[in-house]
Parts: sequence; C-alpha cells; structure tokens
Amino acid sequence: MSKIICSAAIRGAHKIVARAEKSLSEALEQYGPEKEVGLPNTGYFLPVIYAMTGMEVRKLRDMFPVLDRAKVLLPTLPSQHAWVPYLGLALDAGMATLWADEIIEAIKYIDDRCPYNIVEECPDRGPDFWLGAADDVILRKRGIEFVDGTAPGFAAIVGAAPTNEIAVRIARELQERFLYVFMSATSDGRSMAEQLREEGVQLGWKTRLVPFGRDITATVFSLGFAARVAMSFGGVKPADFRRNLLYNKNRTFAFVIALGEVDDEKYAQAAGAINFGFPTIADTPIPEILPRGVCTYEHVVPNVPHDEIVARSIEVRGLKIVVTKMPVPVAYGPAFEGERIRREDLHVELGGPKAAACELTIIGDNVVDGKVTVLGPELDQIPPGASIHFGVLVEIGGRAMQEDFEPVLERQIHHFLGQAEGVQHMGQRDIVWMRIGRKAASQGLRFEHLGKLIHAQYHNQFGNIVDKVQVTIYTDREDVESLMGRARDLYRKRDERLANLTDESVDVFYSCTLCQSFAPNHVCILTPERPGLCGSESWLDGKAASQINPSGPNQPVPKGEVIDAERGKWSGVNQFVVNASHGGIEEFSAYSMLDAPMTSCGCFECISVVLPLTNGVMTVDRNYPEMTPCGMKFSTMAGLAGGGVQTPGMVGHSKFYMGSKKFLRADGGIRRLVWMPKALKEELRDLLQRAAEREGVPDLVDKIATEDDANAEDELLDFLRRVNHPVVEMEPLLA
Amino acid sequence: MASIEREFPEGYSEVTNSWGTAIVLRKAREDGVQTAWDRSTIIKPCPIGTDGVCCNTCSMGPCRLNEDRPDRFRGVCGASVPTIVARSFTKMIAQGCACHSDHGRSIAETFLKVARGEAAGYQIKDFTKLYALAADLGVNVQGMQTNDIAEQVGIVALNQFSQQHGEMALVKRVPAKRLQLWRQMGIVPRGVDREVVEAMHRTNMGMDQDYKNLMRQASRTALADGWGGSMIATELQDILFSTPNPQAGKLDFGVLDADYVNIVVHGHEPLLSDPLVDYATAPEVLRMCEEVGAKGVNVVGMCCTANELLTRHGVPLVGNFAQQELVIATGVVDAMVVDYQCVLETLPVVAQRYHTKVITTSNKCRIPGSLFIEFEPTRVASTVKEIYRTAITNYPNRTDRVLIPDQDSQIVAGFSFEYTKYMMGGSFRASYRPLNDAIIDGRIRGVAAVVGCDSPVIRNGARAGAAHEELVRELIANDVLVAQTGCSASTCGKTGLLLPEAQRLAGSGLQSICEALGIPPVLHVGSCVDNSRLLVALAEMAAEGGLGDDISDLPVAGAAPEWIDAKALTIGQYFADYGVLVVFRPKLHIEGSKEFQKYLFEDYEAITGGKWAHADTPAEVASLMIDHIDKKRRALGIHERRERVLFDMAMRRELGE
Repeated sequence: MSKIICSAAIRGAHKIVARAEKSLSEALEQYGPEKEVGLPNTGYFLPVIYAMTGMEVRKLRDMFPVLDRAKVLLPTLPSQHAWVPYLGLALDAGMATLWADEIIEAIKYIDDRCPYNIVEECPDRGPDFWLGAADDVILRKRGIEFVDGTAPGFAAIVGAAPTNEIAVRIARELQERFLYVFMSATSDGRSMAEQLREEGVQLGWKTRLVPFGRDITATVFSLGFAARVAMSFGGVKPADFRRNLLYNKNRTFAFVIALGEVDDEKYAQAAGAINFGFPTIADTPIPEILPRGVCTYEHVVPNVPHDEIVARSIEVRGLKIVVTKMPVPVAYGPAFEGERIRREDLHVELGGPKAAACELTIIGDNVVDGKVTVLGPELDQIPPGASIHFGVLVEIGGRAMQEDFEPVLERQIHHFLGQAEGVQHMGQRDIVWMRIGRKAASQGLRFEHLGKLIHAQYHNQFGNIVDKVQVTIYTDREDVESLMGRARDLYRKRDERLANLTDESVDVFYSCTLCQSFAPNHVCILTPERPGLCGSESWLDGKAASQINPSGPNQPVPKGEVIDAERGKWSGVNQFVVNASHGGIEEFSAYSMLDAPMTSCGCFECISVVLPLTNGVMTVDRNYPEMTPCGMKFSTMAGLAGGGVQTPGMVGHSKFYMGSKKFLRADGGIRRLVWMPKALKEELRDLLQRAAEREGVPDLVDKIATEDDANAEDELLDFLRRVNHPVVEMEPLLA
Repeated sequence: MASIEREFPEGYSEVTNSWGTAIVLRKAREDGVQTAWDRSTIIKPCPIGTDGVCCNTCSMGPCRLNEDRPDRFRGVCGASVPTIVARSFTKMIAQGCACHSDHGRSIAETFLKVARGEAAGYQIKDFTKLYALAADLGVNVQGMQTNDIAEQVGIVALNQFSQQHGEMALVKRVPAKRLQLWRQMGIVPRGVDREVVEAMHRTNMGMDQDYKNLMRQASRTALADGWGGSMIATELQDILFSTPNPQAGKLDFGVLDADYVNIVVHGHEPLLSDPLVDYATAPEVLRMCEEVGAKGVNVVGMCCTANELLTRHGVPLVGNFAQQELVIATGVVDAMVVDYQCVLETLPVVAQRYHTKVITTSNKCRIPGSLFIEFEPTRVASTVKEIYRTAITNYPNRTDRVLIPDQDSQIVAGFSFEYTKYMMGGSFRASYRPLNDAIIDGRIRGVAAVVGCDSPVIRNGARAGAAHEELVRELIANDVLVAQTGCSASTCGKTGLLLPEAQRLAGSGLQSICEALGIPPVLHVGSCVDNSRLLVALAEMAAEGGLGDDISDLPVAGAAPEWIDAKALTIGQYFADYGVLVVFRPKLHIEGSKEFQKYLFEDYEAITGGKWAHADTPAEVASLMIDHIDKKRRALGIHERRERVLFDMAMRRELGE
C-alpha cells in the first residue's frame, strides 16, 4: 500500500539530505565557502533547485540556504495509527531529495576524482564511461528532438536488469520506440549501463542510451534535464515551480523504470519524479499507487514482467508511439543514427575517402512501385573490410510530387539509412560515406534492404505526395560514376534555382509550429531567404511538409500586403502570427532584430545580440560555452531569447541564415557583425566571405573579432577601431 | 470504534449510539438531574409548529391555518398558507445568518484591533492566507507593511457587514456561471446587516406576500452568511489562529481527567478559547494546581469551540451539543466557559447539583445562575487568568458524585481547504486534480457534506447521534467521500469513522484513494462557520475541470441528518442556491404548505440546480444523496468506464498554454 511507499520515500529523503549535509561540510573544509560550484556549461545553475526556488547556486556557501529549505520540507514518518495524510508529505520529501541529489552531484564536479566524462559520447573503453549531467549544448541539440517529436520522451532507468540479455532487450525496445534512456544507480551492485557496456552496446547521447552516473543521486540529472526543457523551451521562469512541473506533466513524456530492489533512496527519487508527473514502473513486487492526478495515470506500478515493461511504461505515462515495422533484419530507430561503426567492426565501407558514393532522388517516368534493383555485387559478395563505390537512385512517381521536393526527399535518405542498426551514414549528395557493420551483415542485412527501407519510409512519411517509389542501387564503379555525373548536373541546377528563390519571388511563406508541443506560443515563419532557427527546416521543407500533412504544423502563410519592405513585415504574416501564437505576438519583422523580432522556441543554432557600445552585433552558437562580450554565456542568452517571447535586440537563428541577403537587413545586415566564436567563424568562413563580397565589404570577415581578439565590449570597441570595422562609421544602431 | 461494542445500560441502547452518553445520562438521572434528554420525552413537538402554519406575527392572530380547509387557508390579515410558511422559513434563515455573521463580525473587529496593535493577546499567524485574502478583498499589497495590509483587510472585512450597495467582496470566489445566475436572480448579497434587516422587514404582516419573491430575499440573506459572515469568520480565524492541518486528537467523555482541573470551553468563537488553551502550561498555573492537589489543568472543548480547537491544535473534544449538560454531570468539570450559541439555559441548573462553575463571557448570551466574566479582546490575559483561578480554586469543591466513562476515541481532524489541496500534491503540485480524476474514474462516486447539529430528540426510531453514523457509513460504503463539520463531525468522530483506519469501511474505489493519500474516508473540515470552506472547495472542483463548469454539474450532495438550529437552515439554503441537493432530517417546518414544499423540493432544481429534500431515516437520506450523485455522473457522461487517452505529438501541440 501507499503508506509503505511514502514512509520509505520519507526515510530515503532523510538519508539523502543527511548525505548532502555531510558532502557539503567536507567540501567546505577542503575548499572553503567561496569555492565555485555548478554543473558543467549550464545557465541554469543546479537546475532543479533553480527551477523550483529560483536560488542560484554559484558557490559552496549558496548550498546552505537550499539545504535549509530541503530540511523544512522533510516530514516525519507517518505514525502507525491515526496517521495524518502522507502523499503530500512524501512528494515534499521527494523534492527535498532532488535538491540534496544536486548538491551531492555538484560537489562531485569540484572533486579531483570527478566520476564523469564531460563529453557527449562515452569513451570506447574502460570503466570510467559515466557522462554525468547534460550540459546546455546537449540540452538544446537534443531538445529539438523532444520538441519536434523525434524523441517522444525519456525513460529514467534506475538499477540493473536480472541479466545482461534482458538489459539489452529493454534498451533496444526503448530505442525502437524513439525514447531516450537515462541510466543511473545500481541494484545488487550492478547498473544497467554496465550491463549494456559489457554487451558491447554503444552508449552516449547519439545512441540515446545515456549513462548518467552510478550513484542513486545521479538520477536527478533526468529531472534537471526536464526542468531545463521547461525553462528553455516552455519559457517557464525560475521559481515558477508550479508551471514547470505541470509543463513536464503535460509535455515531457518521461517515466522511471526501477529494475531490481527498490530501497528507500530509490523510493525518494521516485517521489521526486512524481512531482514532475513522471510515474515509476518496477519489475519487483513493491506496493502500488494506482489512482491518478499528480501523474496523468498511475503513479507507481509494480511487478511488471520484463517483456512487457516498456509497453506498460508507455501506457502508464499516457504516451502514444506508433512504430512501423521496417523491412530490415536489424533494429531500427533514430537512436541508431548515432551509432559509430568502428574499423574493427566494419564489414564494408561505401564511398568515403577511398571510393565514391552518391544519392539522387528524382521524379521518374514509368516508376514501378516497390521495385528495388541492386546492380553489381550484393553485400554478401563483397570481401569483409572492403571499400566500394555506391550509388542510390530513387525515382518517384506521384501526382502531387514537384521538382522542388526532390532535394527535400533526397536529404531524408541520410536518416532513413542511418536509423538501421549497424548502418552508419554520413554526408549527402555526392559526398555520401557509409559503413555497414559485421554484425548487421551477419544478421542478413543486404543492399536490397536499404532500397526497401527507402521505399517504405518514403511511403510512410511522404505518403501524400508520393505514389510510387522505385530504387536502384549501384555497386559497380562505372555505374556509380555515370550516376554521379548525372547527379552533379542536377545538384547544380537545384542550387541555381535555390539561389534565385527570394522572399520577393514567392507569395506564400510557410509556418512551423512543430515546437508548440513544448513552446506553446512560438511560431517560426520560413521564408526562402530565412530558414528556421533550428537549421533543419527550410522554406522548401515547409512547403513539402504542408502538402504531406495539410493540417500539420507547417501551414502556408500568404504574405498579404507589404507593410514594411525594409523590415520584412506583411499583413498576412502578422495575421497568421497573432493566431498561431495564441495572441502572444502581434507583429513580426523578418529582417530586424530590433523591431518585433521573430521569437524562438529554444532550438536556435545561434543567437545574435546587439552590443550597444560597439554599434554592432555579436553572434554566438550553442557550442560555445565561454563568456562572450555581451556579458552573458550562450545559455544565459538562450534563457532570454527562448520560450516564444519577443526580445528586441536579441534573436535566435540558424547558421545558414548568416549568409542570406536578408540577414538582419533592416539593422544593417552582415556589416553589423563584430564578434563571433572562432570555431563558428571558421566553419562559416566561405559563406560569410560570399556575403561580405555581395555587400561590398570584401575584407569584412577578418575584421570580425573572435575570443582571441576581445572578450569584453570595451576591448572589442578598441579592436573594431583598430581594424576600422565598418560599424565604426555606420549610423547608430539604436536610434 | 470501540463505543458500539460496549455494553449499554438497559434501555439506553435505544436512546443513543454513544456509550459514554448512556452511562452519564443514567448517572444524571440517578443524581436527580433533568437534562434535554429527559425534556425531549416530556415535550412533544407542536404539530402546528412542525407544519409551520402558526403565524405569530401580529395581534390579529396568532392564526392557526390549515391548507386543506378553504376557510383556514388565510390568516386574519389575508396572508395565505404558502406566505406564512415562507415567512417563518425566511425568518429562521435570517436568524441563522445573524448568528454566524455576528460571530464573524466579532472576529473582524478583533482582527482590526490586532492589526492596529490594540489587542496584545493575538498575533497574525498565517501570512500566506492574509495575502490571499487581501487579494480577494481587493486590498493592494504592493509595497505595504503586513500590519497595514491587515488593517485594510480588517476594514474591508468589517465593511462586509455594513455595506449597503453592490456585491459582497468574496462572491468573486463563486464560479462565473453561478455568479451570473445569482445576478440574474437578483440574489447576490449586498451586505450582511442590510440583508438581515430587509428579511425581517419583508416577513412582517402586510409585507412581501409573494413567497417566491420572499425566498429570493431568503437566498440573498443565506448567501450573505455563506460568502460573508461565515467565510469572514473562517478566513480571519485562520489568519489569527493558523489554518488547520490534520492532526490526531481525542474525543468523548474519556478525555476528562479526574486528577486534573477540567475546564470545558463551549460555544463558538475561538477568541477566548484559543489563548485559554495556551495558558495551561504556564508555571503559575502549575503552582496553583499544586496548591489544590491537582496535576494540572486539562482544557477540553465542546460543540463548535471544540472543533475550532481540535482542528487547529488537537485539543480534546469532550462532547457535542447534546452532551453539554451531561459533561457537567460527570462531576469533574471545575469550570465550563461559554461564549454564545447552542448554550443551554439549564447549564447552571445542572451545575448546582455538582460543583461546576458555569462562566458566561459574552454580554450577548447571559444566563441566570452563571458567573459572568465579560471577555474583551483587549484584555485577554487577565480574563484567562481569572477563569483559571476560578476553575482551580473550585477543584477542591468536587463532590463524591464523580463518574468519567472510560471511553475515548481517536480522530484525525483539520482538513482545511488549503490542506486538502496540499494533501493531493504536496507543496509543489497542490491541486484538486487528483480528486477530480478520482471522480471521473469512478473511484470516488461523489462528495457528500454531512453537517449540522446532533440532537437528543429521538425521532423515527433512530437513536440520537446514530443518524450521522449510519448515513456516513452508508455513503462511504458506496464510494462517496464525506466531508463533515460541526457536531455532526464530532458525533461520527466518536465512532472512529474519522480515522484513516476507517478506510476499510469504504467501498474499494474510495478505499484506494484513502490509501493513496493516507486520508480517512470522512474528513473533518471544521466548525459550523467552516462550511464556508466547503463552498470554496466546491468552487475549486468546478474550476479544476472535467466535472462541468458549474457547481450544479458536480456529483455532490449535502445533508444535516439531525438538524436543530436555524443556522442549519441558513447553511442548507446557501448550498441549495449554490446548486447542491440538501437533505434534512427531521422534516423542515414547511410541510403545512404543499405548494411551498413543492417549490423548495422540486421546482427549485430548475432554478438553481440545487434543491431541498427531507427523509425520515438515514438510509433514505443516503439513497436520495447517492441517486442525486449518480444523476450528475450520468449528465457528465462519467457513469461508464472510459478508455484512457494516450497522447501523441499532435495532441501535445494542441494543448496550448
């Protein structure tokens, strides 16, 4: 019965809070109260504490008031007779546990023996593979998968399965349902992550199997992730605990799977998770809490057999996931897209440094639906370890199919093939590079399956525009080279067409409200010259998607009357934005960051921000974790720019947009650009150079400062004057 | 739950369901003391009064009317039977409103003194509630000191009594649709005093002779109580004495202790009783006790005073209305301190037979034979000391006629509205969502309020007190969650129904909720003015969503199974106007007019969604309530099991803010 659970959770909370007090007093002795403390690269401090209380833990001494509040929350155990209600008490105890968890975990990071690798992927070998908390870069990169539904939620798994085989099976099932798996804690001295590792399963963010930490307190990283999703995508303010938790109950479809014995400390974590609306599903006969309300459905469901536990968890959480079985003899799902095939596991390499490979999707004549032809040797006829030439030609028939959609569909091949377990896919067009692993080959994977996959997925995802799909795979050098020639011709024509596609040349833009599952008031307007801020949705993508799913998140937006050509304001767009933002945004400028700039969900690749002193604009990308001249790190800026609110002087955008003629045009365009991280500048150098030449400032790129030149606004101003950056002479940005 | 297993003295098991009551009643009789239990067998209810057809308004009568005889259909003044019945019904409602509201006013006056630093014995204890109330009363809190906020709150609260125009401030807590209906009906109260005065005006001879119109004034007066006098009392008492959280307490005669100086506090206000409790542990008290050979002072509560103290501080409750004379007959009560309401004139008469000092403290309620120590909130400490001195020095005067029934029960009490939210989600997720979900899922069939007085009068064969117990048992067995206030709560408390362990008596659905939350199937919400907590709770259920958008959509019902006082009628009327079925037992004094009865029992439902009903036995009361709850469930479409909804991304995008 629930009283047992609540009592255990309360006991567990007392233990964890006591542990935190001990950790803190030891750390204090060693480092002193002024020692800086925090999780790596985040603007959200200790995120659960920050989200719930607004308290910013920056130094060890900041932890004391948090612990004091945690202790106030700690209830006494329910008495044996005439007890007072315990559920509320247990939930409070759970919250106190999470705060204490974060204190314990944060202190680990200042220790020399920090148990975590601060990277995205686990090292190939060795027992030190735990990743610890997700930083803000990961949060935003992965966050987009949560908001667009590629990842419908996450499973926080505590403990270990009875056997490695069961552990692998549960992980695979969760991956095949697109869910992230966050692992922590042990049962009987073993952890699920260790079990997977022993079986050679690749762990890390890319495969969605994330080993947080071996300690039970590392479970809090799951909830810290959720709390940050609400703050960064949902626009929930710190200390607005109620909105944050309800946001997670309604939008973040997460749950806890408890494998093995559930001790007091685990119950305490479960109670903490229930605050977020995340239920616990266990494989052991613990008591149950079936009535709903704090969670959408049951709160604690015990004793679920391992072969049902994934399906049952999803049902208990109230989640609908439709998995279409793919015609391949290997596991399939986005989690496998992140898989690497190491050289020693390689069966065959397609394209890459030693061979050529390309993919081409075109409208075809006389297309025979489902026809898959492999011309040249099949996979089993190729000696292991070889590199071969490889070409994929997909011909589409369909009344609604348009030439404009060819590149949109073609780019999807990367995802379609990469999602098969044992297939690694990189690049596109004529720079495709694939690897197929030995295990996949031995499971019976053939080239023909790749063709069948493409056929199935095109029907699946583009059913409204695709009637017939025919795939030809070439593995002979001459055939590939001939296809390559034809393809390059088409790529060039497509590029020319895209270059001529301007905002003025079309009457209709497309909206993207894919992220409204998480940022309910945000709406993107995709124009030919301004792709989505996430970098993954172009005007063409929007156009195709609006035909595939006419009632979906991409809607045609007629421009209507031009209100302001310079700033990019149109009556039709404004009207659409008012409705789609539920009245939150009344007006929108496509080309200005000062006047009614476009909002952001939180998935932006870059943020640009005005530096008033310099009369210019700096741009920083989400991979840059350091302090910037505006006095904020990316994560802090992201907190201001995200969540669907208009923040004049600040705008989120894609990298590619920086090369557009329309990039901040009303504010002075690329000539305003005064600072960006070095790595970003190098990555975009060609794009920026072309834009600079177009704008008549061919020497601009070298005048844009990086962290090597200046890290504060006054320093930056000196630099700009020294190099005579165009902004020095430009009219004031802020009139 | 032991009381029902004890052996009753012969002939007493038909009289009461309380073993302690039976034992002491027998003793009182042996001691030659007459109590209400005896008088109720001597005085038979007046049949004309029961029907409400005796009009005593003017000197042309009194007129005794009879609806079935055309020549007796009108009084001398011409007033018809329905008019006369409606008049006396309305007068009672005005009287009930006056009682609760005069109580509320006295709290508000004291509160204002506290805010102004003129009442040293009190302080503000619940700041959260102060700020919330300030917001609802339209008091600006930005940049203001707590005392200034409190002063403004006090002024606005006090103004609720004297306000002449507009709407009373707290009706803003009423769900929009309901408030709109009240506005259309013209029954939104303006101010307490105005409504009571107008009700008294309109019930005179030669005044409002359209009973439907008169009932609208009855409604407006009742609402002035629920959303005015009572609610102000509850709110301000919480701010001054803390908002109740459940705690375990004891009740019944067994809480008296022969070795201690026993002080019984009886009546309604906590203004004197609350500080009185604290003083028991003062060193000078212990010293005085030592001098007279007592181990200390044992303060116990009675009637609604007891409920105030039990739900806030776990102070033991010795008995309800019907036991007030009997408690003195135990021979161990050294002082009984009363303020007002439900206080019997015979207390000093009974006390004469023993040694008890009956101390009256309010000039509004003086009783010959009592010791009058007038209480003023500005001199709490001296009054409290005088009471203690009186009680302690009286300890040696005990006679040898002492008997304490060895019987006490445990109770968990104090389910304030704020706490009920907390218990369903903790500090961070406090809400009524789990309750609404449980109702939607059918684990909880509905919610019933079982409130009101306990009566020593035996009617329709049911033993005194038993109607509460039988009704509540039947409701919880049918998965109806029960909320209780007043003497009804303490009556059931003595039978163990208000313990979490009583969940085993609940249906399996309700049981699963009790188990998940750790609650009893029957929740003690507070005193009679705390019915205002139920008003707020129902508004929250409607606002939480999934159960319609008005109170009349909710699967809820109310009952007063042993009502005595006019105050119970006022409560019944404000619930009926809120859209709730209220079932009363024994019958209302309206049945002399079939037309008026039909208006309240049937036609009223079409007007407000609520209505009155009467049933003779607890089983009939329960079945009326359950049928009503089921009717509401059907209307909501939640009477059948439904498939769970699974969310995909498109549905998540549709969620909006």
